[in-house]
Amino acid sequence: MTQAPDAPSRPLIHAISLTKRFPVSSGWFRRDRSFAHAVDGVSFQIQRGESFGLVGESGCGKTTTGKLLVRLVDPTEGKIVFDDGEDEPTDIASLSGRSLKSFRRKAQMIFQDPYESMNPRRTIFDTVAEPLKVQKIGGAIERVERVSEMLGMVGLTPPATFLFRYPHELSGGQRQRVAVARALVIEPIFIVADEPTSMLDVSIRTGIMRLMEDLAARLGISYLYITHDLAVARYMCSRIAVMYLGKIVEQGETEEILHNPKHPYTQALLSAVPIPDPSAARPPVKIEGGVSTPIDPPPRCRFYDRCPVADAFCRDSEHPPLEDKGGGRMVACYKA
Amino acid sequence: MHYMTRAGAVRAVDGVTFSVERGQSLGLVGESGCGKSSIAISLLKILPDSARILSGSILLEGVDILPLSEDEMREYRWKRISMVFQAAMNSLDPVYRVGDQIIEALELHVGSAPSEAVERVRELYDLVGLNHSFIPRYPHEYSGGMKQRAIIAMALACEPAIIVADEPTTALDVIVQDRILREMRKVRDALDMSMIYISHDMAVIAEVSDVVGVMYAGRIVEFGETKDVFENPIHPYTRALMSAFPSVTGEKRELATLPGEPPNLLAPPSGCRFHPRCPYATEECRSQPPPTVRRGVHWADCWNPPEDQSP
Ligand SMILES: Nc1ncnc2c1ncn2[C@@H]1O[C@H](COP(=O)(O)OP(=O)(O)OP(=O)(O)O)[C@@H](O)[C@H]1O
Ligand SMILES: Nc1ncnc2c1ncn2[C@@H]1O[C@H](COP(=O)(O)OP(=O)(O)O)[C@@H](O)[C@H]1O
Ligand code: SF4
Ligand code: SF4
Ligand SMILES: [Mg+2]
Ligand SMILES: [Mg+2]
Repeated sequence: MTQAPDAPSRPLIHAISLTKRFPVSSGWFRRDRSFAHAVDGVSFQIQRGESFGLVGESGCGKTTTGKLLVRLVDPTEGKIVFDDGEDEPTDIASLSGRSLKSFRRKAQMIFQDPYESMNPRRTIFDTVAEPLKVQKIGGAIERVERVSEMLGMVGLTPPATFLFRYPHELSGGQRQRVAVARALVIEPIFIVADEPTSMLDVSIRTGIMRLMEDLAARLGISYLYITHDLAVARYMCSRIAVMYLGKIVEQGETEEILHNPKHPYTQALLSAVPIPDPSAARPPVKIEGGVSTPIDPPPRCRFYDRCPVADAFCRDSEHPPLEDKGGGRMVACYKA
Repeated sequence: MHYMTRAGAVRAVDGVTFSVERGQSLGLVGESGCGKSSIAISLLKILPDSARILSGSILLEGVDILPLSEDEMREYRWKRISMVFQAAMNSLDPVYRVGDQIIEALELHVGSAPSEAVERVRELYDLVGLNHSFIPRYPHEYSGGMKQRAIIAMALACEPAIIVADEPTTALDVIVQDRILREMRKVRDALDMSMIYISHDMAVIAEVSDVVGVMYAGRIVEFGETKDVFENPIHPYTRALMSAFPSVTGEKRELATLPGEPPNLLAPPSGCRFHPRCPYATEECRSQPPPTVRRGVHWADCWNPPEDQSP
């Protein structure tokens, strides 16, 4: 997906120093308080009609970033300016009451785990129609029509045979389509898609990716596309940001990053991609074993403990700033 | 193995035969709904009420475990054969600390003393790349991928003779996947442990398995040493799977999609089950079950194996 040629210069989403810390119990006793720095001073922009990718290892803060953008989680610090060109640009955090409800109509999230996000006792119709109900859109007949149309659009045809089924009567791929239909039913302009295909296999995954791409082109939807799968990011996103422990460490055009990664973490990530050739011996991934956590991290570079090229300067300095390296590439590393 | 549903019998596993040597790793690959997970839960005998194993046998170290009672089966499960479920993320109990859940499993199945069990949990966390500080935390404090790693730690806890891993790393990033696959390899070498590894990811299967079975519609349609299956696939379905696989750094090409959907297992197609989607299908494919084409241990069921051998 590429950005529309005449995209206005003002981005749809502008996240500025976005930060979310969760209090966590730090030992077997609940009294001790520490903080998980799930998202730590992250800034980026998403243009209208663009599909912006967020990649990174498990636990690095992707889902939390996504939830912040649709206000399912409130930021500890920072701003998210939402500018759809219709209303005045606003900080999402300042929304409440009617303005929040109107925002919810424009921004939706597809969750990582389709098993978790669907109530097993509710029919497909109830599931997909829920946002309409919340937004008080349409009467009963209109809702059935709207839901049927959405099911048709995501390839669950004929819709009538799916409306009154329950989630357990669908395959994983079909459930994922239901999740897409539910997110689309109120015609949002922005969708956070959290690993929408990670549980699916190739043929279904390709189908859902095509579907989302097609809908974006037809309806002008922008995505924050969260994935840990670089091949998926490559097909879905024109630009990506690579996250590590709550920080963006590299950002730029997807193809450029995949072919010429500059941050040591991005380099390691690419070297870990399995190769579909049993006689190709992939060289070992060059990053240290110790796994880092976002709980009360030291102020130095978050990647320091695992970085193969770290030196004394990295050890004694603050976390490196995300610097512009030209051509839209940003990298946070003293040695890149 | 069939599922008895209101609409009729879903023939999820339909006459499948394979064996895994000690220390060997078998990869099972195929599209969603072709019966991979059904094989896995049959091997462990953890079937939902609607599932019936109608015939066949499952020999584990020479013992047929099919006729065993649930009590007898408990002696085998976790200790001799263990499993990592697909989407196991949700199988942790939300009200108990994750570390306690693994410690309990160790005490119950291996009879470890509490102090031993705590030490073992530390080792297991190192193995799967989880920080020790997470041992006393609750499942909701773990991210999706971290939960999956905890489950893998639990499956390895009792050092089983064989582990059945159903898409264990599908939800994980490549660095963690790489690490877990390498660590599992080490544990397997050290204990001479066998593995059945289920995935739809051809690249992962290429890296982890010694032998590969390609499943389609409840059957294994191609089987052989990994190298043979990848370099000289016989079955048109295997070739289609390979070309639908997206690449990260190779040439960026249009994704090929397999036309159509996997068949409805309530009433699988006649003849070769792949015929409605196969570009090489002929009249006999529609009516007669295909013959087995053999090249040494490598075989496939197909009427018209395409001449050109590159995928
Ligand atoms: N409600 C919570 N309470 C405490 N810690 C949390 C909570 N939610 C998330 N975290 C922590 O915040 C960090 C980021 O979590 P997040 O779910 O955003 O990760 P992710 O990048 O989406 O990972 P995955 O790919 O595994 O889903 C993790 O370390 C996690 O343990
Ligand atoms: N509990 C169940 N009841 C009825 N049918 C089921 C059940 N579980 C799986 N199936 C069906 O059995 C077939 C094989 O499923 P499964 O073994 O989960 O496939 P895979 O793991 O290869 O994706 C599918 O058609 C699926 O819809
Ligand atoms: S700043 Fe230093 S420690 Fe951090 S990634 Fe760069 S080289 Fe490694
Ligand atoms: S038997 Fe016929 S339909 Fe089946 S895979 Fe071979 S050529 Fe295709
Ligand atoms: Mg997540
Ligand atoms: Mg499965």
